[in-house]
Amino acid sequence: MSDTQTGLREWLLTDTPHSRLQARLSALYHGWLSFRSNSLAMFGLSILVFLLLMAAFAPLIAPHDPFTQDLGNRLKPLGTESHLLGTDSLGRDILSRLIYGSRITLYIVTLVALIAPLAGLLVGTIAGYAGGWIDVALMRITDIFLAFPRLVLALAFVAALGAGIENAVLAISLTAWPPYARIARAETLTIRNSDFISAVRLQGAGPVRIITKHIWPLCISSLIVRVTLDMAGIILAAAGLGFLGLGAQPPSPEWGAMISEGRRFILDHWWVATVPGLAIFTVSLAFNLLGDGLRDVLDPKDSK
Amino acid sequence: MTAFAKFMSGAALGLALSVTGLPGYAETPANMLVIANRIDDITTLDPAESFEFAGSDVSRNIYGKLINFDPLNLDAGYQPDLAESWDVSEDGRTITFTMRDGVKFHSGNPVTAEDAEFSLRRAVILNKTPAFILTQFGFSPENVEQTIRAEGNKLIITTDKRYATSFVLNCLTATIGGIVDKKLVMENEVDGDLGNTWLKTNAAGSGAYSLVSWKPNESVTLKSNPDFYLGAPAMERVIVRHILESATQRLLLERGDIDIARNLNPEDVAGVLEEDGIKISAELKGRLMYASLGQQNPDLAKPQVRQAIKYLIDYEGMQDSFLKGQYTIHQNFLPLTYLGSVEENPFSLNVEKAKALLAEAGVDGLELTAGVREAQERLEIAQSLQNTFAQAGIKLNLTVGTGKQILGMYRARELDVYIGAWGPDYPDPQTNAGTFAYNPDNSKEAGLTGLLAWRNSWDTAGLTEKVDAAVIENDREKRAQMYHEIQAEFRETSPFAIMFQKIEQSALRDNVTNFSTGQAITAASYWQVTK
Amino acid sequence: MSLAEQNTKERRPALLPRWLKRPAYMLGSIAITMLGLLFVTFLIGRVMPIDPVLSIVGERASPETYQKVFEDLGLDKPLLVQFGYYLWDVLHGDFGVSLLTAHPVSEDIGRVFPATLELATLGTLMGVLLGVPLGVIAAVRRDSWIDQIARVVALVGYSMPIFWLGLMGLLVFYGILGWVGGPGRVGIFYADVVPPVTGMILIDSILDGNWEVFRDALSHIVLPASLLGYYSLAYISRMTRSFMLEQLSAEYITTARVKGMSERAVIWRHAFRNIRVQLITVIALSYANLLEGSVLTEIIFAWPGIGSYITNALLSADMSAVLGGTVVIGLIFIILNVGSDLLYRFLDPRAK
Repeated sequence: MSDTQTGLREWLLTDTPHSRLQARLSALYHGWLSFRSNSLAMFGLSILVFLLLMAAFAPLIAPHDPFTQDLGNRLKPLGTESHLLGTDSLGRDILSRLIYGSRITLYIVTLVALIAPLAGLLVGTIAGYAGGWIDVALMRITDIFLAFPRLVLALAFVAALGAGIENAVLAISLTAWPPYARIARAETLTIRNSDFISAVRLQGAGPVRIITKHIWPLCISSLIVRVTLDMAGIILAAAGLGFLGLGAQPPSPEWGAMISEGRRFILDHWWVATVPGLAIFTVSLAFNLLGDGLRDVLDPKDSK
Repeated sequence: MTAFAKFMSGAALGLALSVTGLPGYAETPANMLVIANRIDDITTLDPAESFEFAGSDVSRNIYGKLINFDPLNLDAGYQPDLAESWDVSEDGRTITFTMRDGVKFHSGNPVTAEDAEFSLRRAVILNKTPAFILTQFGFSPENVEQTIRAEGNKLIITTDKRYATSFVLNCLTATIGGIVDKKLVMENEVDGDLGNTWLKTNAAGSGAYSLVSWKPNESVTLKSNPDFYLGAPAMERVIVRHILESATQRLLLERGDIDIARNLNPEDVAGVLEEDGIKISAELKGRLMYASLGQQNPDLAKPQVRQAIKYLIDYEGMQDSFLKGQYTIHQNFLPLTYLGSVEENPFSLNVEKAKALLAEAGVDGLELTAGVREAQERLEIAQSLQNTFAQAGIKLNLTVGTGKQILGMYRARELDVYIGAWGPDYPDPQTNAGTFAYNPDNSKEAGLTGLLAWRNSWDTAGLTEKVDAAVIENDREKRAQMYHEIQAEFRETSPFAIMFQKIEQSALRDNVTNFSTGQAITAASYWQVTK
Repeated sequence: MSLAEQNTKERRPALLPRWLKRPAYMLGSIAITMLGLLFVTFLIGRVMPIDPVLSIVGERASPETYQKVFEDLGLDKPLLVQFGYYLWDVLHGDFGVSLLTAHPVSEDIGRVFPATLELATLGTLMGVLLGVPLGVIAAVRRDSWIDQIARVVALVGYSMPIFWLGLMGLLVFYGILGWVGGPGRVGIFYADVVPPVTGMILIDSILDGNWEVFRDALSHIVLPASLLGYYSLAYISRMTRSFMLEQLSAEYITTARVKGMSERAVIWRHAFRNIRVQLITVIALSYANLLEGSVLTEIIFAWPGIGSYITNALLSADMSAVLGGTVVIGLIFIILNVGSDLLYRFLDPRAK
């Protein structure tokens, strides 16, 4: 057992890889090693793993049904028997709501992290590769969306389509894509005129093939770093929409909405708003720590 | 770097000094009344147009009316104000008001019958939102020359048919009955708008206070009128400041930065009661909280289902928890204190009975969409309904939006269930009877979007005629009896589950006396306040 | 990011004399962006399922009243015609009248924007004054405890739900400790005391020499400004650190050190000097973000700024107000971008 492990380790750490696969895995492993030495980043990662587990096993962990009301047992303080984090205004168990709420948070983050960078990638690479008036037109549109007040744009979008989680996701994506488009375009511009693209073009590859097969893979890594760093922002934006009542709808235990519900009692029953606030903070901090660590690994500019 | 550090520490010190020098407890000046209230609903100050709560408060203190309520004796009903007395003709259609002598507008112009004539005609001609309060008596832009006219110091109004006199007079106490300064207003007329643009943000009244400033979403400032005909008010300056959050209002009150907090939630009311120097005054208001069932949904049109739903509401649970002290159970469309109001509240949460009724109707697995405005207490009521409905197998999906959004859907008959509030427009039973139990044409084309019965596609099953009859009955006792009967039928058969009546709790500093929010019949007034 | 992108712009065939080309191109693109911004906002207003007529007349108006307002608003005309009318008015300096406040939109903005400007400026100032030194020190003492602290401070700043932190701050510093003024811009007795010149109470009170008002206004602004300042500090310190690291690892720094130059001189006279330009862009960006109106902060602190103005207007379909507000914010965003771009060209020898 330990033999294979050391064997694997040596194979990964070799200076003279024998195959492409080995070289790639080796690079990844080196990255992982440097990432692992960053204790803050590891801390972030472990919080996120914990969050994932919590979301996956919510029904098993949660002590109560997150929707069951008990008007006679409302606003109970922290540490109440069988309600560790107390109860909210309708007598629902806050801990259970928090646990179920992690699912919503993960759902939102995942969707936005898929939609926004992809949209940005599409717009950016097309603009960068095509050039000319297409570039000008696409970049103007990007500028328009950049110049828009972000929360206002998201608000307007949600107000237009109606409140709800899916629309909140779309709205946040709508405000989040322009920076990705700019990054992708800048990368494309540098790649476009490189020798290997000319070589591919000479071999008769069409623009679609060049963009999807050759340009996209090269843009991805800078986008990933950016996405990880943006995750916290996405969570905060979603919570903000929830706080304004435009995100998840009651009785959904979305954390931002929970703060919004609890803020009325902030003076006498402070925990109702504080607990979900801490949860949001913890998760977005975890994403930031992870993103910071990832950047050190992936972005050579910042690490020596 | 040292220079920079020096600068930094200097700045920090300056900041710390300036901040920590604040007094811990402030007190408002003795001749000034400072009120925290939500005033973001004010969109105009023109009495011919103003229709929302906070606007009515401002209007009541600035504008005199022909007849008005005495804030210290609201139970006495309407009293003479700018009109000293009035006579009703034999046929009951003509009312002649005699104007009070020697009253002046804030501008110094005398208040005359001509001003009263101008004000009422103007409201009818402009035909803004509240105009129906006057036009329901048959006044129209075409006939105002004849129906509303001044003769010497008398104002004469003639209605299209005979109405209960109290009904007509009650309507004149509404905000739209405010008498404006004709001369001043017409000096500010633009493009024949009868001064509407100017009056939206300015005032031309004769009341206890004159307007200093209105800053939308920020504050309204009033200055006392030293020539007020009932005597100069004790509070020389009144500032109403827009504070959205209950917690913030409470902090301001506890710190002595304000005298009155008008929007504390039950938890904060309980909290301030523990503080020294703060008292709570509770007044029953006219606003009702109800849930209604759109009859365009065939399941909801079944009488048993309507009944069942009335048994699926945890009236007591809500009243005693998150609505504590601010709503009282009330299941009739006339608010308590109104002529003809009744105190019978037969429904309570009874899941078994509801299940039986649903089975009787043959309804199973009902799924409904409810529209709710984004406001915390309504959301909680909605979630409580969701919870109790589910116990009888009814799934209630909530559609939450801004007031305007939900209202749009309600008016378009798109909602199965609407959960919301209704406040009377003027202190007469007709104001609610004429909307809950009145629907002369239930067809979609009729578009009677102003009527709650129409919005729920309910033809009122004959109540419309009874409402028509009650409004022209001049015998007070008989009229009240007619409303009792209408409500008894309405309670059982209508698609409206009326749940609660509002109690307004104001938190005041101990030294404030005589403050009144106007109970169920009118708006807040400040001139009687002392401290 | 915008700079990198601007610099890689391609050469185009000359249509205009050389000295005119740049400004003309810039003005053109600003105009197009503004037009697009207006049109998108306009569309949003029309798509929104809120009936603007209902917003005006309320739920109890008669059908005739409703119809009259519907026509007054020009809603019976085709969309493009409506937009055309609107543009025409805007070009004549008329932004229309807000439905919610009954005041001309330009007047409203003149009232709410200084409030936001005051808050954002103070916030950015705090962010710069604390963030830049923190970033520089963190870079110089890389991986030391101070770097770690700076990192945590910044990441915590990025991760905080600002509306929640605002609530807590208000509760603790105003509610419990009473160290700062409450929500709003000034205490009630100090409202309307000093004549509005700039609309920014701190400045107006200085101009008026009224120190009592100044102190009161300061006590109100200090908490929300600190919150925004913290947020901007997080961003600025991280960027400063990363810029400085890049410089400190450059050849010329090593050369300078070898030459025996003092460490202080190396850091401030050389390295810092070289990141000035990049920093300005970052600060401008952060300033622009705060000026966009930190809606949530404004709501929590009852701060009558442009963020909450637009939000309120939006939720009531008060489109004149939304459009007016968006134009102002969009313009500021573009001006700050272009301004920092110009400054960049002016200060950075490499860009010439």
